[in-house]
Amino acid sequence: MSSTMAGALFVASLVIGLALAYRPLGDYMYRVVTSTRHLRVERVMYRLVGVDPGGEQPWGVYARSVLAFSTVSILFLYAFLRLQHYLWLSLGFPNVVPSGAWNTAVSFTTNTNWQWYSGESTMGHLVQMAGLAVQNFVSAAVGISVAVALVRGFARKQTDRLGNFWVDLVRITYRVLLPISAVAAIVLIAGGAAQNLANGHDVHTLAGGVQHLTGGPVASQEAIKELGTNGGGFYNANSAHPFENPTTWTNWLEIFLLLVISFSLPRTFGRMVGSNRQGHAIAAAMAILALGSVITINVLQGLHHGTVPQAVGAASEGVETRFGVLDSATFASATTLTSTGAVDSFHDSYTALGGGVTMLNMMLGEVAPGGTGSGLYGMLVLAVLTVFIAGLMVGRTPEYLGKKIGAREVKFASLYFLTTPTLVLAGTAMAMATAWGKAGMANSGAHGLSEVLYAFTSAANNNGSAFAGLTVSSTWYNTALGLVMLLGRFLPIVFVLGLAGSLARQTPVPASTGTLKTYQPLFVGMLVGVTVILVALTFLPALALGPLAEGIQ
Amino acid sequence: MRLPMWVSQHLAALRALLVLTVLTGIVYPLVITGVAQLPGLKHHADGSLIKVGDKTVASALVGHLFTDSDGNPLVQYFQTRPSAAGAGYDPTATAASNLGPESVVDTLPDPSKPGDAGKPSLLTQVCARSIAVGKLEGVDGRRPYCTPDGMGAVLAVFHRDGLTGPVTRVVSLNQACPARPFVSTYQGVPVECAKFGEDYSRGVVTPIRGDAPAAPAVPADAVTASGSGLDPQISPAYARLQAARVAKARGVDVSAVLKLVDAHTTGRALGFMGEPAVNVVELNVDLDRTYPIHG
Repeated sequence: MSSTMAGALFVASLVIGLALAYRPLGDYMYRVVTSTRHLRVERVMYRLVGVDPGGEQPWGVYARSVLAFSTVSILFLYAFLRLQHYLWLSLGFPNVVPSGAWNTAVSFTTNTNWQWYSGESTMGHLVQMAGLAVQNFVSAAVGISVAVALVRGFARKQTDRLGNFWVDLVRITYRVLLPISAVAAIVLIAGGAAQNLANGHDVHTLAGGVQHLTGGPVASQEAIKELGTNGGGFYNANSAHPFENPTTWTNWLEIFLLLVISFSLPRTFGRMVGSNRQGHAIAAAMAILALGSVITINVLQGLHHGTVPQAVGAASEGVETRFGVLDSATFASATTLTSTGAVDSFHDSYTALGGGVTMLNMMLGEVAPGGTGSGLYGMLVLAVLTVFIAGLMVGRTPEYLGKKIGAREVKFASLYFLTTPTLVLAGTAMAMATAWGKAGMANSGAHGLSEVLYAFTSAANNNGSAFAGLTVSSTWYNTALGLVMLLGRFLPIVFVLGLAGSLARQTPVPASTGTLKTYQPLFVGMLVGVTVILVALTFLPALALGPLAEGIQ
Repeated sequence: MRLPMWVSQHLAALRALLVLTVLTGIVYPLVITGVAQLPGLKHHADGSLIKVGDKTVASALVGHLFTDSDGNPLVQYFQTRPSAAGAGYDPTATAASNLGPESVVDTLPDPSKPGDAGKPSLLTQVCARSIAVGKLEGVDGRRPYCTPDGMGAVLAVFHRDGLTGPVTRVVSLNQACPARPFVSTYQGVPVECAKFGEDYSRGVVTPIRGDAPAAPAVPADAVTASGSGLDPQISPAYARLQAARVAKARGVDVSAVLKLVDAHTTGRALGFMGEPAVNVVELNVDLDRTYPIHG
């Protein structure tokens, strides 16, 4: 079989796998977030936490709970990193420096998992599994909780209650993320992934050299790293590392895991608003954008345009032999379409335009399908903007799922949309105007700008992947990117919850003949159009100076 | 006494974090580690170690260097890919090169610092590796955009009016003086070698394709570094290229070596996932066992 055919089948099999999971996983998550029964373990947890699981919260309290939990998480993780040397399983590594600890604490709490450090030479096993990996679970659960709260805003009427954050957090962690991760971790070990608490050991190789093989609880972290769209690698090489991603089929599984929750949540949404068709429409818009991106990157990497790829005869720099160029391109596309940021090949060495598409994926706002939860709420905000624009065209008050999209709703949606471009463009401009920003570049010219633009795009969209040539371990980059990640995560969350609160209070308007049917292909097309056009207008000038300038030489 | 709302909220948050840390940060990884002790999983969980006699020599998943202490390839072993991990295949410093597709201009060595190697561009690294592998395996190591001496074939072309107008000066950027430029003239202008420290930034960087064959004899994976820097595998094409040299060094028939290569070739999973690949570590261990070198 030719590589092209195999690459196409690889994509097709992922589409089939995700389509098969859509209904059962979406329905299961629907039951998890709407059930009125508490499991016994969960009751124990609520008692330990000291909250009443029956008490529902208005949007302000829900938002403050999210922020309180995240603030405590950042402080806890910061302390953990600063004190790791004194803890069990530290492997003798020193405490993490203050700016690095700040950056990493924010990075993992915000579901970004941007890594300025190399895991194998910075982090002990305990801090990885009980510090970083915990945030892999709970930051994903926070994202899904916020998405569910927004959907409740659409589904409910004349109430100020959006559910209970603590219940959502515990249930999603315990009933969704934990069981799937456990199964996936075992399967990854069966494929060859490492899972031990050893310090690693020196081996004397056949050639007479000495090699220090590393150990660690890798598989358990790898599973949730993908499932929770986190992306923070146990090792610097991330999912290219053979202990994290040993075979061609674990590569398939990891791509599947990082897409499956985000692609199934529209089903949960459809069930909650009482119309499966609405869920299908959102999933269809996500799928169109995702397939377009996957195919584009595959084609660009396959054609290997550019001086070095032409000299080599393939875009194989930074690519593992077992995965090959095309499956690596599919991984690159999936990881940047979601907020994962794990990599099985290194985007910095991609063809200029192929690397440019990974950047464009993040600039879309990570809505196709986006991060766990954040993808759904991002897409729903774009849907609100779409009905607003459609309403302007025909001169009617826009409505979505029976809720009027008035001035207040559009304000929240616009603020949401404006946050990340502001952070990306202002951050990049600031870095380019200062000596510390330019000091980090590994490549010169247009590619150097791409490295910086990629870094701020990745941080503001909570992705975490990088054009990794950029040296970001300086105090300046750690501080600036930490701030960008923090604002890029929590400002949108507050706007989304505000939108949810304002929607929940409304009385639904009955559908009339003039109502835009938001489950029809016309709407899906408009939603895709709005997503692409808004992005293109915002980021085209920046892209023209970076990847486009490099790619059309 | 009732605590203010914001205090009790943060206390609840802290307690929630601690409860979830115990559940997902302690219980979960330890249970998985426990399950990983089952037969069938334990070998993988421990890192897929390979033993020769009672000595651990490698992990089947992690490549290593098959070179002597000076970094020269040991001819009796199949060679792994180039690696950007530390000094090569260092699991404590996994890394990719992260050099971009237009990384074509070298930083030249500083003549005032003896032993300074400068900073070669990705293009020059590819060209140099291709020549070296070609020499080792006895095939043509030339590639497009490479000079015959294994540098990136890149000219700085100066025009009278900046980007336009007649060519006034041409420098071969990666060939430090006193090297002889790979072409003597460009558009009628003689080509100069490059001097360290001179600013050529006003010239237009122009890679020259040259007349190397479009399908080079040295495969792509032999001249590019992997993402992890630990890639234990090479393409079947690169393995076949090396088979004759290894067979000669071991004094056995090349078909016997090729048979072992086939035995350590993994096809695509389910027929369509990934690319076929040869595990160099396992292959070399097997070679030592099957066709040991005495002496």
